[in-house]
Amino acid sequence: MNEQGMSVIVRTVTRLVYGLVIVFGFYVIMHGHLTPGGGFQGGAIVASAFALLLVSFGAAGLKGRLNKHLLQSLEEVGALAFLGLAFAGIGTAFFYNLLANSGSFLFGASVPIGPSAGVLNAGGTVPLMNWAVGLKVLTGIASIVIVMLIGARKEETE
Amino acid sequence: MRKVALLVAFLFVSAFLLLAATSMRPFGVPNDAAMDDYFIANAQAEVAANNVVTAVVFDYRGFDTLGEATVLFAAVVGVLTLFRKLKDDEQWGEAR
Repeated sequence: MNEQGMSVIVRTVTRLVYGLVIVFGFYVIMHGHLTPGGGFQGGAIVASAFALLLVSFGAAGLKGRLNKHLLQSLEEVGALAFLGLAFAGIGTAFFYNLLANSGSFLFGASVPIGPSAGVLNAGGTVPLMNWAVGLKVLTGIASIVIVMLIGARKEETE
Repeated sequence: MRKVALLVAFLFVSAFLLLAATSMRPFGVPNDAAMDDYFIANAQAEVAANNVVTAVVFDYRGFDTLGEATVLFAAVVGVLTLFRKLKDDEQWGEAR
């Protein structure tokens, strides 16, 4: 693996695919309360797109596209949003879902009992927590991958 | 001597596993299903989420997810600490 990354074939396929992988990861996060998956799984999928970019283009190709400090700040934002949503229901109990079935415009709808395709605008704090955890996981794993690759590269050249 | 000891240990452990396998309950019949039945019956009405697993993970057992997120946070902090760039004249293990 030279400084420019991997071969032209790998780079072309990566350029075609990585956007779709990111969109699929965000889909898994957004539909966490309807279909299998959720914040952890979707965040890992989005982070795998970043890992694909890093492996095929090398560390130099990612320079300027992803800011490491922005990633680390966004991870704290995800963690604090998750904790804040948990504390929002402290009037009843920690992690009380105060938005579910409340009729509010944000995820407050009710779902019909029994098998159905599901309602996207339902679930109360569950989809919001999915977004918070998804943001946390994707930024956390992406910064781990970036830092480990750069660290390994540095040792290689020494 | 070593091979005999290994054979005895192997047979001993295998006998235990076979014993456990013969006395297993039929597949899909849990020992105590009261909690599972509650989640399946009430998740749609209480959490308004069709995915019961997510309803358990993020609502009924949200505290567990908080612990998982903390583990991930600790892992990220550990890796970032381990792989960070050292300052110009800084050595490993040196107090700052």
